[in-house]
Amino acid sequence: MLTTEQVIAKGRLHDRVFFLVGLTLTIICLGTLAVLLYNLLAAGLPRLNLDFLTSFPSRRAAKAGILSAWVGSVLVMLVTAATAIPLGVAAGVYLEEYARKNWFTSLIEVNIANLAGVPSIIYGLMALGLLVYQFRFGQSILTGGVTLAFLILPIVIVATREAIRAIPQHMREAAYALGATRWQVVKDHLLPYSSGGISTGVIIALSRAIGETAPLVTIGALTYIAFLPPAPFSTVEGRVVGPTEWLMSPFTVLPIQMFNWVSRPGDDFAANAAAAGIVLMAATLSMNLVAIVIRARVRRRVKW
Amino acid sequence: MTHLAVPIRARVLSVQAATRARPVERMIEFGLLLAAVFSVFITAGIVYVLFSEAIPFFAHEEVTLRGFLTDRQWTPLFSDKHFGIMPLVSGTLMTTLIAVCVALPIGTAIAFWLSEFVSPRVREIIKPVLELLSAVPTVVYGYFAITVIAPAMQRLNPDLPLFNMLAAGIVMGLMIVPYVSSLSEDAMRAVPMLLREGSYGMGANRLTTALRVVFPAALSGIAASYILAISRAVGETMIVAIAAGNQPKLTFDPTEGAATITAYIVQVSMGDLPHGSIEYQTIFAAGITLFFMTLAFNLLGAWLKKRYRQVY
Repeated sequence: MLTTEQVIAKGRLHDRVFFLVGLTLTIICLGTLAVLLYNLLAAGLPRLNLDFLTSFPSRRAAKAGILSAWVGSVLVMLVTAATAIPLGVAAGVYLEEYARKNWFTSLIEVNIANLAGVPSIIYGLMALGLLVYQFRFGQSILTGGVTLAFLILPIVIVATREAIRAIPQHMREAAYALGATRWQVVKDHLLPYSSGGISTGVIIALSRAIGETAPLVTIGALTYIAFLPPAPFSTVEGRVVGPTEWLMSPFTVLPIQMFNWVSRPGDDFAANAAAAGIVLMAATLSMNLVAIVIRARVRRRVKW
Repeated sequence: MTHLAVPIRARVLSVQAATRARPVERMIEFGLLLAAVFSVFITAGIVYVLFSEAIPFFAHEEVTLRGFLTDRQWTPLFSDKHFGIMPLVSGTLMTTLIAVCVALPIGTAIAFWLSEFVSPRVREIIKPVLELLSAVPTVVYGYFAITVIAPAMQRLNPDLPLFNMLAAGIVMGLMIVPYVSSLSEDAMRAVPMLLREGSYGMGANRLTTALRVVFPAALSGIAASYILAISRAVGETMIVAIAAGNQPKLTFDPTEGAATITAYIVQVSMGDLPHGSIEYQTIFAAGITLFFMTLAFNLLGAWLKKRYRQVY
């Protein structure tokens, strides 16, 4: 039979042991992240220079670069943002401010929750069957951007709804009392007040999209591209390029370029892969950082 | 006094008419509705494409649904073709199992630690940093698996092949730790303080309170986070495509290489298969299998959340 003091001492000991276990596990996880970053930097930094950023891929590792890959990533992200932000914010506003509580609304809600759980490669298969072959968009920047937009749509919708829901009801009532219509309330009050929360969600979603490889591989994005999409209004072969022609251009993106180099044998290509990985990580981490900062500022500023 | 020229009642009516029946308002509402309904079209598109490409696959003479489910070989790209999905499913389940064995204990322990053992300030710093683990692009994780984790494991056991399911699964597990830790922690923090205070008042220590009071009370949220993590692991592609070996093989030995459903789809997509060929259709047959697997997990998660929800 233990005395009361012994029972208390034992409990304290257990607490202390578990505190150390939790601390150790957290350090292991963060340490892995640190090792990953260190390993990437050590292998890739020597390769990362201006030539690497301004050269096309090449069969010789030392001459290869990521020009077409990062330009492709930027253009695909433009299409993704231009598609996913209006669609996602509009859907979020509708579900939060307009939708009546009925079976149709709950169907849309269940559907969005399920879409969020669909693996990204399934979106790629859908885009391959529908966008590439049925709609004849081809294996183009347009297809890639729209595919990733579909993929991140649930994230944007959920972020929009949460940001709008956080606005207290009395803000809406004050506006309605002054005779504002529903759209005026949304446009002049709800969207400006929730813009911080919405942009956090959008940036997180885009940071996920920029690292996505599988759906773009599935739609048939190329791995070897030694030209850039035609710039609008430039002259190619004596003909002026239209403003939207780049949308239909074949493309590659950073993660696909990295995947291509990872799967090749030899240390030279591994260094290229690491250097591409550094650029990719820099883009992802800086987007996440911006999102964290915005979120912290929104939380501190808002006092209803 | 010109404004009294219009009777008050008529003016009220005109204000109502102006706000209620504005065609612009109607059009905007309709536009927003279309955006919301669009998500249903995406699901419909997924189901349509998967079925419309998988049905012709099963219509081929050499393919039967029975063979698809029972044949122990998956060799659609060879001359001796076998179409048994089991090797891909076993590869998917094995890598998922390894990832789950890593992520669930670590993630749950960290969730307890963050929710019950550290100050809110520490938690607010650690949580977003941990979440960076799942923000790392998966192709970078694949690179990490074959350049750091697998070689380190080979030093421990020189017989291990470089491409094996264990290394891929472990790295995948690290990637999904934040899904478990953050979502479980949210669920634990939603447990009312009263319950903890009751436990402390009875003389319980922190660990006992965490395990016996907070854990059961937060079970629905914790279970949902587990399911989400499993569903992510099942659908994860690039880590296994790079690090797991890419040979479809019916094996439950984690030290061997194998292929998952997702890795097979990537492998085929990297090549140049003609639209409409049987090899092209196999990726949709594999995709439909994956779709139903993750759908089952998602529905199970929704059910668990409902079944074990505690309302305070």
